[in-house]
Amino acid sequence: MPSVIVGSALDIVQRCRVPRFLFVDFPLGNPCGKPWDTSMQQRIVAHGLALLGRATKPETTEYSDERWGSDDWKGAYMEVNDQNRSALQKMGEALRADRKVREPRTFD
Amino acid sequence: MDSKPVKYMEKTRRYYEAQGFDRAYQYAEHTSAPFTPLTKPLAECRVGLVTTASTYHRADLEPRKVDVGSTVSLPEKLFTDDLSWDKNATHTEDVNSFCPINSLRELEAQGVIGSLATQFVCAPTEYSQRATVEQDAPKILEYLRGEKVDVALLVPL
Repeated sequence: MPSVIVGSALDIVQRCRVPRFLFVDFPLGNPCGKPWDTSMQQRIVAHGLALLGRATKPETTEYSDERWGSDDWKGAYMEVNDQNRSALQKMGEALRADRKVREPRTFD
Repeated sequence: MDSKPVKYMEKTRRYYEAQGFDRAYQYAEHTSAPFTPLTKPLAECRVGLVTTASTYHRADLEPRKVDVGSTVSLPEKLFTDDLSWDKNATHTEDVNSFCPINSLRELEAQGVIGSLATQFVCAPTEYSQRATVEQDAPKILEYLRGEKVDVALLVPL
């Protein structure tokens, strides 16, 4: 079945290798367009679907022209710096103490 | 301003290292990708939609399973709290921003696509790639084929 992925994590999807991928350079969470921006959402979905017919080989990737606005989120996401390093260490200790929380692990 | 795509794998590894976890997350990695060409016009295709969001609140240790929801109207809310997305920069209150039922309905009305399947499919995100490939993926395909879907739009958050 022909398929296309619309997503915002370029490196993860490219590592996985997929038939067709529309990369939308937005914060993770809204790959189909900014919240409440219905016209942008429709343009992105139409672009993704157009890839179904346009692609002639696997791993066809196109970049969406849509812009989030400020790119400040890029540096802030999962940032590790001298100010939060000890807080992150404590957070990790708390997570390990709470056995209900799945820690990153190698699975089959 | 940084216009380059975020290096999520590297950032995630550093973040968990800083938290003191010694095993890095193992991202799916393949040496090739399958490819099925489109053999009829998109305007004649029935589209299936797959999301990583869930129709119900998933508890921490609850086994995850493939689920479906109706595309008759946009769900008011889908559960995304347990997924990794940028909870500081944005929100998921507008379901159409990640599960684009309204966009697809509009494209259906315009004749860009033939039709939208009556149900969307929720793919559970799993730490086990084996579970995803051997259990969930066939189940998702079964749902899509049951709806006589011609093409699939997959949207991970």
